Formats: sequence, structure tokens, C-alpha cells
Amino acid sequence: MTSTDTRTAGVADTQAGPPRAARPGRPRARLARARSGLHTLVFLAPMLVVFGVFSWLPIGRAVVMSFQRTNLVTDPVFVGFANFQQVFADPQLWTAIQNTGYFALLALVFGYPVPLVAAILMSEVRKARGLFSALAYLPVVVPPVVAVLLWKLFYDAGEDGVFNTVLSWFGIGPVAWLQDAQIVMPSLVLEATWAAAGGTVIIYLAALVGVDPSLYEAAEIDGAGVWRKLWHITLPQLRGVLLITFILQIIGTAQVFLEPFLFTDGGPANRTLTLLLLIYRYAFTNSLGGDYGAAAALSLMLAVVLAGFSMLYFRLTRKWSS
Amino acid sequence: MQTSRTAAAVAAAALTVAGLAACSDDGPDDGKTHITVTIDAGLEQPAIDAFNARVEQFEDANPDIDVETQEYTWTAGTFTAQLAGGTLPDVFVIPFTDGRGLIERGQIADISAYTAELPYRDAFNPNIAAAGEDADGNLWAVPIAAYGQGLHYNRTLFTAAGLDPDAPPTTWAEIQTAAKAISEATGEAGYSVMTNGNTGGWILTTVVDALGGRTEDAGTATIDTPQMREALAQLQSMRWDDDSMGDTLQYDWAGINQDFAAGRIGMYVSGGGNYGNLFTQNGLNPDDYGLTVLPLGDSPDAGVLGGGTLAAVSPGAEAAEQEAAVAWIDFYYMEKLTDQDAAVADAQVKAETGQPVGAPELPVFDQATYDEQQSWIAEYVNVPVEQMAPYTSQVFAQPLVNEPVTATQEVYAVLDTVVQSILTDENADVDALLETAQADAQAAMDAAA
Repeated sequence: MTSTDTRTAGVADTQAGPPRAARPGRPRARLARARSGLHTLVFLAPMLVVFGVFSWLPIGRAVVMSFQRTNLVTDPVFVGFANFQQVFADPQLWTAIQNTGYFALLALVFGYPVPLVAAILMSEVRKARGLFSALAYLPVVVPPVVAVLLWKLFYDAGEDGVFNTVLSWFGIGPVAWLQDAQIVMPSLVLEATWAAAGGTVIIYLAALVGVDPSLYEAAEIDGAGVWRKLWHITLPQLRGVLLITFILQIIGTAQVFLEPFLFTDGGPANRTLTLLLLIYRYAFTNSLGGDYGAAAALSLMLAVVLAGFSMLYFRLTRKWSS
Repeated sequence: MQTSRTAAAVAAAALTVAGLAACSDDGPDDGKTHITVTIDAGLEQPAIDAFNARVEQFEDANPDIDVETQEYTWTAGTFTAQLAGGTLPDVFVIPFTDGRGLIERGQIADISAYTAELPYRDAFNPNIAAAGEDADGNLWAVPIAAYGQGLHYNRTLFTAAGLDPDAPPTTWAEIQTAAKAISEATGEAGYSVMTNGNTGGWILTTVVDALGGRTEDAGTATIDTPQMREALAQLQSMRWDDDSMGDTLQYDWAGINQDFAAGRIGMYVSGGGNYGNLFTQNGLNPDDYGLTVLPLGDSPDAGVLGGGTLAAVSPGAEAAEQEAAVAWIDFYYMEKLTDQDAAVADAQVKAETGQPVGAPELPVFDQATYDEQQSWIAEYVNVPVEQMAPYTSQVFAQPLVNEPVTATQEVYAVLDTVVQSILTDENADVDALLETAQADAQAAMDAAA
């Protein structure tokens, strides 16, 4: 609107008379443009302040802190790359990388297809599609902490636990869902998938609406079955969205924190210690009164790796996505 | 159009300025000194009423000080975040283990000029006062309570298992036998241990100390000891041979208190003064409760791990606020230990509001002062002292062992992993676990040094 007004004002000045008569209008036009720019700046100010204070400033501060020894109470001391060396020397770093990678892999194999399958099935439903969408999205609305508390009941290791009761009907269990080193990570992935799938389902449903129905009609005339339509029409038509959700899934799972923090606190025996949980421990649970330098260093490294991975991913998939 | 656009721009600018102004934190300018003090999180209403009554008494006695309350409970994770974020109340409490480090790093206010004026400054038990002193002996944080670890047990579960609740276990072998009996008879956990948030290491260290071992020798980690192996072997046996530790194997302090108060745990090790939390925050039925001392090994070094609580002041407090904060610490935490009228008034308010009076503690001054204070409040004691007699009749005779001082929380975290491995992996390799724990604990101590 602002730029349109600027253009309109210029046109009006130009049409007001011959060039000589227009001369007095030029300062007015400049003034109008300046005012307009000022208005833009003033309107932008709240957003700039909010982003500056709550996003860009902390990011910049974290980068600086990664080169400092600081507890945020006393004066910080610059220590060069000592924090990075400290993090690399920590044997728990490699445990956290392995666990995070394992979580991401499980989430990719089991969690990534679930929303897609759900969305495709729901798109085939003729009636009450809105109801199914709402039901799918419901877990996203549940506050994460409440969801974890709820699932803790499901995962109760006793025979009275919800899941163990169900398994007992088939003569299986009881299973120590959150206490068995072999099962604990899949248990976290299961809850995380339940909690997050709804949002992705909505994205896929929206994308499916955009697929041209005539493609399916043509395929049906050619005798294509359900699987061929899925393989040759649906998935190719969704590939742009699939590429985006894939990278979002990788970035999200690489930063998993809530589930290991609330379910297991990284246990048993560090089997669910993830990178973000390790960052949290550096920052908040040590005798140094907060090793924020090491926490910031590991955060920065994770951010750089994820940014690099994202750029590489988009470069490699550019051809496919276009 | 131009006018409305300008008005909108002015409104946006005003909104921005207002938003920025809202970030400032100026207190009311009424000539008073304003301080925020700690009230335990999650208290029942009677306890909150009792606390507020004490605040009113303080404000009446100090009309130039205005006291606000703020819910606060120390945990390793939240405390550090609040400290860095500047959101701690002006007066807060910390465990003995954290005192020295916070003082050395200047992360709490130096209130030693004001604590030096306290009339009982020189009466503290020197070992206990040291937790709140700097290297020169200046008192930066005031010891307000001390405890020795104890064995909490559920008398109702003992009875249900055919055990005598008036004759609790006196050896670790008897604890194991009782745990098995409780588990088999009731289906509840006979014995549970904390495992998470560094509490697993805390309790494992307690047991090792009770058997005569130590996890640190002047900055050197001493994890792999016969006492450590004995403690782990018993845990393994209770978990995998006896199956007497129940279904829940991951507990932090709050979680184990909750399950014990709910009658799901037969026995567990924690601070001897835990009754207050169990009763006021977890709804413990007093009839269920029993407390005894930890069995000590035959070694001359065997002792009961002690600890305690320090009252400290936020590093951001101004001088006047520091002075007012020390006045509050003196009034709320200390006078009831040293002054008969204050002790009686405190006990009376608690008793009238149904709060526990007389839960066992260790003396922060000397034994005589403690005994005298107990005599002042004797008529208000409402906790089941008979059920705590196995503890109170023996704990003062037990050698007290201080918590490790170097990288305490990190070493506890390392030992958390050991405990969790023992409880969740039937084939846990103790040799490998201890070798890793030794290396990790030493690395943490070296980093702290």
C-alpha cells in the first residue's frame, strides 16, 4: 500500500503540469517518499525489536559465548577454542551423537511414512474427512508435557500399565518400555510420532487437494490400479512437499529434547542422551554453576552441521524438486 | 488517509516503546526495602497460611521492609537456570554441596558483613559453618539445617509382610531380606533407590560411605573400591535375584517421595529430615511412616553421609536488600533455633495449621543448643516421634561424613549411569562400568580443578 501511494503521488505530480510547473512538486515527492519510508520503518519497528531482542540477539550472544567461559553472573573470560576442545574431548558427545542418529533413523523409517499414509487414506474418505483431520491433529493440540505424562501411564512397566495390559491379552510381556535399554528409544519415537504426525498430515492433505483430479481420471481410463496411481501420480505430485517435510524431519529429530528429558532424563545409562539433552546438562546441571560456554559451543556446532546438511540436501535435490 | 496513517504509525511507535518499557523492572518507590523470599513449591494451603503469618510478623517487626514470596525448590537443573537468568528470589536455599563453589565464583552475594553481626555467628558447629564460608572464614551463606541420611520405611507394608515395624533392619542383609518379604507379600517395591538427576550417585555414595568407602580422596576419584562393589552387588541381587525393587526403576527425589508417600515403596534411603516433604507435599499418612538409621559397616571409616541447607542471597541484591535479606534469614530460619519465644511462636503457628513440628534434624550449633530448642517446642511436636525413635536414638552417635567436594554433581551424574545400568541390564558388566565411571569421574574432577 505504501509503495502504491508513492507511485500514485509521483504520477499525480507529473500530470499536474509542464516540467517547469512540476519542479516545485519534486521536493514534495521526496518528502512524501521520506514520510512513506518513515512510516514503513515505524510499522516495522515492533517486529524488528521483537525479532532482534528475542531471536537475533540471542543467536549472536550464543556465538560469542561459545568462545567464553561464563556463568552469566560474573564477568566472562575469552578462552578461544577451549570450549570446542572440551566438548570434543567429552566421551558423552559420541554417545549423544549415536543416540540422536538412532532416534532420527527410527523416526525416519517409522515416523516419516505414517503421516503420508494417513493423509492419503484420509483423502480417499468421502465423508467426515474434517472429523478425521481433526482427530489426526488432536495430539498436536495436546500440550507436550501433558502428552508425555499421559504416555508415561501407557508405558508403566508394571502389569497394570496400559500397553502391558493390552499385551497380556496375547500372553506377551510385561515390557519395561522406558527402562529396557533395547526398547526405550523406539518407545520415545512412538510417542514423538504420535505427537507430531498430525501437523504433517494436514500439510499432506493440503498438498493432495492441489493434485489435478484429471490425472487420476486419465490413469483410471488407462487401467491403472490404486498402487500405480499412488506411485505415478500422487507421490510425484507431492515431491516438493515431501522434500520439505523430509528436511524438516531431519532438523527436528536432530534437536530432539522433550521426550528424552521428560521420559527418561537421558537414561537408562545414557541410552537416550541426545545432543540437546547434553547441551542442557552442560548448561544447567554441573558444579561449575552453568558451563554456558560449552553449551553454546555444542549448540553452534549442531547449528552449523544442520545448516550445512540442509544446503547440501537442497543442492542435491534441486533437480528433483524442480 | 494521511492522518490515519500517521496515527497508526504513532500507535505502532508507542506500542514499541511501551513494550520496551515493560521490560524494565523497577520496584515501587515507597521508601521501603523490597525483598522476595523463598516459599516451598507445592505446599498445601495450611502451610502457605503458616508461612504468610510469619511474613506478617516479620513486616510488623520491620516496617521498613516489604516482603514478597516466591515459590522455589532447589533442583540441580532449575537452580542453575534461575541463577543465570536472575530470576531467583533474593533469599533462597541451596544444599551444602553447592555452597563453596558458588562462593568461590562470586555467584551469590557476599553478606558476610551482615552475618558477622549475628549474635550466634561463632556458635555454629565449625564443620557445618564451613559449608557457607569462603577461604578466609567469612560467612556468605547461613547454615539453616543439617541432616544425616536415614532409611525411611513403610510400617504398614512391614506389617503386611509379617515384619515388625518397631524392629527395622539393622544390617544391609536384613534390608535385602525385608525387601524381598515386602515385595512377595504385597506386590509393591520392597526397596527402591533414586537414579535420576544426580540423585542416583548421591544415594550410591551414601551406601558406599556407610560401608566404609569413599568416592573421592582429595581431588582423586576412588570409584572402584570393595565397598562400591559390595553396594552394587547387593543392588544387582535385589533387582535380578529377588525381584524386590518393583516395576519403577527410575526415580528422582520428588518421584521417590511421591511413590513412598503413596504406599508403593517399602524402604528407601534419603535425608533424615524428609518427613516434612512427605507429609506436606505428598500427603503421607503418618501412621505409615517409619525412620531408622542406615546400617554401618564394620570398617572404622563407615559413617552416615550428612548434608544440609544454606540460606543465601541473590548476587543481584543491593546492599539494603542484602541487609534486609539477612534480617529475614535471622527471623525466619534462625531465631526458632536460638530464641525460645521465636521457637515457640514458630512451632505454635505450624501446629495450629497442621504442619509437622519436630521432624528430626542434626544440630547446626551444638548438641546442647539443639536439645534446649527441642525442649522449648516439645508441647507442639505433632510428628510420630515414636516411629522415628530408631533414627533419633542412634543418629547422633553415628560418625558423620561430609559430601564429596570436587565436581560433586558431575560425579553423582557419572554414578547415576552406573546405578541405572545395574538396575536395567541383567548382564551389566560391573568391571567395565566401574572402569568407565572411574575415568569419567576423574576427568570431571580434573576439569573442576
